[in-house]
Amino acid sequence: MSETGRIAAVFGNMVTAHVDTFAVLNSVAYCRRRDGTRLLAEIIRISGDAVDLQVFEETRGLRVGDPVELTGNLVEAQLGPGLLGRIYDGLQNPLPELAAKHGTHLLPGRYLPPLDPQTTWRFTPSASVGQKLRAGGALGHVTEHVFEHPICVPFGWRGSWTVEAITSPGDYGCDARVAVLRGEEDIRREATLCQRWPVKVPLCVCDERLLPTEPLVTKIRIVDTLFPVVKGGTYCIPGPFGAGKTVLQHITSRHAEIDVVVIAACGERAGEVVELLREFPELTDPRDGQSLMKRTIIICNTSSMPVAAREASVYTAVTLAEYYRQMGLNVLLLADSTSRWAQALRELSGRLEEIPGEEAFPAYLESRIANFYERAGAIRLHDGRVGSLTIGGTVSPAGGNFEEPVTQGTLKVVGAFHGLSRARSDARRYPAIDPIESWSTYEGIISQEARVRAVRLLKDGNEIKQMMAVVGEEGTGIDDFATMLAAELFDAVFLQQNAFDDVDAASDASRQRLVFDKVFELIDAQLVLDNKEHARAVFVQATEMFKHWNYEAPQTPGFDQALAEIDDFIGRGGRTL
Amino acid sequence: MRKYHDEITRVAGAVVEVTARGVAYEDLAVLDTRLGTSLAQVIRVEGDHVTLQVFAGTQGVSTIDRIRFLGRPMQVPFTKNLLGRIFDGSGKPRDGRCELHDDVIDVGGPSVNPVIRRMPDKMVRTGIPMIDVFNTLVESQKLPIFAPAGEPYNRLLSRIGLQADADVIVLGGIGLRHDDYLMFRKAFEEHGVLHRTIMFVHTASEPTVEALLVPDLALAVGEAFALQKNRVLVLLSDMTAFSDALKEVAITMEQIPSNRGYPGDLYSQLAKRYEKAVDFEHSGSLTVLSVTTMPGDDVTHPVPDNTGYITEGQLYLRGGRIEPFGSLSRLKQRVNGKTRDDHRAIMDACIQLYAACLEAREKRSMGFEMSPWDSKLLSYGERFEKQIMDLSVDISLESALDTCWGILSACFEPAETGILRRIAERHWPAEKPAEAV
Repeated sequence: MSETGRIAAVFGNMVTAHVDTFAVLNSVAYCRRRDGTRLLAEIIRISGDAVDLQVFEETRGLRVGDPVELTGNLVEAQLGPGLLGRIYDGLQNPLPELAAKHGTHLLPGRYLPPLDPQTTWRFTPSASVGQKLRAGGALGHVTEHVFEHPICVPFGWRGSWTVEAITSPGDYGCDARVAVLRGEEDIRREATLCQRWPVKVPLCVCDERLLPTEPLVTKIRIVDTLFPVVKGGTYCIPGPFGAGKTVLQHITSRHAEIDVVVIAACGERAGEVVELLREFPELTDPRDGQSLMKRTIIICNTSSMPVAAREASVYTAVTLAEYYRQMGLNVLLLADSTSRWAQALRELSGRLEEIPGEEAFPAYLESRIANFYERAGAIRLHDGRVGSLTIGGTVSPAGGNFEEPVTQGTLKVVGAFHGLSRARSDARRYPAIDPIESWSTYEGIISQEARVRAVRLLKDGNEIKQMMAVVGEEGTGIDDFATMLAAELFDAVFLQQNAFDDVDAASDASRQRLVFDKVFELIDAQLVLDNKEHARAVFVQATEMFKHWNYEAPQTPGFDQALAEIDDFIGRGGRTL
Repeated sequence: MRKYHDEITRVAGAVVEVTARGVAYEDLAVLDTRLGTSLAQVIRVEGDHVTLQVFAGTQGVSTIDRIRFLGRPMQVPFTKNLLGRIFDGSGKPRDGRCELHDDVIDVGGPSVNPVIRRMPDKMVRTGIPMIDVFNTLVESQKLPIFAPAGEPYNRLLSRIGLQADADVIVLGGIGLRHDDYLMFRKAFEEHGVLHRTIMFVHTASEPTVEALLVPDLALAVGEAFALQKNRVLVLLSDMTAFSDALKEVAITMEQIPSNRGYPGDLYSQLAKRYEKAVDFEHSGSLTVLSVTTMPGDDVTHPVPDNTGYITEGQLYLRGGRIEPFGSLSRLKQRVNGKTRDDHRAIMDACIQLYAACLEAREKRSMGFEMSPWDSKLLSYGERFEKQIMDLSVDISLESALDTCWGILSACFEPAETGILRRIAERHWPAEKPAEAV
């Protein structure tokens, strides 16, 4: 496309240009450097013939007077078969392919198509000539991973469409025409295996949105039992640095019982992404025995990559996740970290010289956060199937203080809050989710009464412990003391979980219920406690036995033996033989 | 082609504005003033107004001074001849030897494609138990030392740096006290590593803005050496001084500060530097150790706070010791499963017990009766501090683990330590050490 404007100013990643044609807000433009490199940008403000662009690359080398090309297209994601297992940057450039073509560094202005046009897919048509379809209606399908991947009338096409022609079964590349459709007013359009969708517009073509109720089992005990998440729900994980946000997200992405996982590594460490890249192909999904990477899409804009693309990466990720939800699948989007995305907004807002809100964040921060989380949800598709998108975002509050705009803006719109505490991580009590502060509005895998009881026990234990710090152990009654020890036992053997042990890292729902009931059976048992020293000894022994049990794989002699040992211990009322 | 522009229209802080055309963003320029010449970099262009930050400061700049644009961004020579050399913050020799002009490379280049990184898995042995056992350092890690003023952080930095046994050491000194600069030089000399060391040193007496270039210079050179299959160690001290320089320029540019005067992009600016740490597939590696001083010993100060979110852990230096709480090596799990089967168990148990010991001490200081369990914890804490935490301890990882078992068996029964039965059975010393009786 010919040039349509000239650069008038450059400041950081913001460029102001004078244009001599119409401009579309949020559309894509390219700034051309003198060496011919075209840098991708988005129009974010229009005033008269001046437009402000945020450039998704380093702006080094741009000059006043350099040409700008406007495309008129919004920032879009390409959707189609072949997204699973891929690793993209924030603008859907495939990173491994970039490395193969352009070497070790991410050079500005190097872009590749998200879906390789050379790869072919076996297409099986299902629509017939003359059939009337709406956007989202199936034309046929291909098989991707273990899923039937429907090829449908693009979601952006309005009104009713009549199938005029459809190809026979066969292998097609993603750009090949598979159907010709006639719309109202006799418009003819061609459908291919893939389509495009603007990332900032929610993709949700459905009959109705459903109230999410089905628990999403993450195999993390404290989450599933005390602070559950449901398929189609939202949750957030705020925590200071070093409290284990990312580890928690990684083990969730690995063990969660879900069809597709989209990981948005937004403004975080590159090393953490590499861990996923190297480990996931090696791990198998217990549900279908295939490589874990095959159900995963990684969107990666690490902290040293250009800031503007960081904002886009979150939207790209949620759009891909929504696309798989349209197939009736259960999708989990893990965004780490939404604070980096908010900071990108702040940097941009500062350069636009907007009036700042709290801590210099823009005034529209909260509405942006709300819009993002609202893209989650369970939906009933036109064909009656149900799909869900669950969003879990980490928040990195400055100084670990939750009273800051991003955490507060997020808490208002999510259904569960997993607050990580520095005190717990310092004491190596992982996962460091604070059981007193955290909450969830969803139903979990155990009864509501049991959940309330467990939280009550933890709160009581905590209160007694605080009181003991004032009145001393000698001022505490034996019953209170035993309650405190019981709370500590529940914390040590149930809430704490070793993410680096093969067995303990993932505990399925039935095992969680079994351990939960067994811990409370012990607490309810008539333990004989002579004095505080003896009480401590009894609980130390109980803790040791439960821990031992946690590390034994199910359906092994070791597991049964450890359980028998505990039953025996309970039977004896904690007395030694 | 050299262009001269005489119209300096504004001078404020370390920033000057000139009228010029055809200047590229982030280009370099030379400013001649009556006090000498200085490098300057374009940080904003708007029409024919060009804003530059002047690295040597703007003292003595007059509106008739000349600015010469070099038509290129910041570059640094990269040859084997760099080894053993000492430069200042703008890349000029500080050791009285000749300037280098060979094979230049761009400074502050693009970031590495994450997919060509390999997973770090090589332990770096330091001989310091608080690091080796509890917060294992790994090649290609980026790890800062958080310390309040007055702690011996630079000595610790040079000690880790020397024991790490790297092919090339690059020191980036930012706002370094002259004494510390001499200390580093002496330490490198004494260990005979000066011939594979490169120093970029900006001292506290030099213009603040000059500090801004130091990390970029050090990391650009380090990365280039790493791409030639060297194991490179970059030492940066002190990154708080670097952040303060950023703050100074941002305020002069009238940017809206986000937190305590620091610019909103502090996180991105720090991340861009720290993320240069890398382990290349089929090539060398770059490890970054830095110092971040904590003003007022406050970890929630924007600089340590943002740093903690970027780096792969942190070492807290307080009271002359590496704090067991808060100190963290995020990469330790990559290596400590392969050292010895009891490494992780000892790591967890010793810290949990030490935390309990501190609780017991608090109780004692409040005058409460000590239970037998409390007494055990107190005796454990004392031994642990003396035999493991003390910075003068210099032993191998294996003997440190054995020492820990010795301490545990002297104070506790196996079940009380919370260590898994199968590990304790294998490693619990058969007899209590003689001194424990």
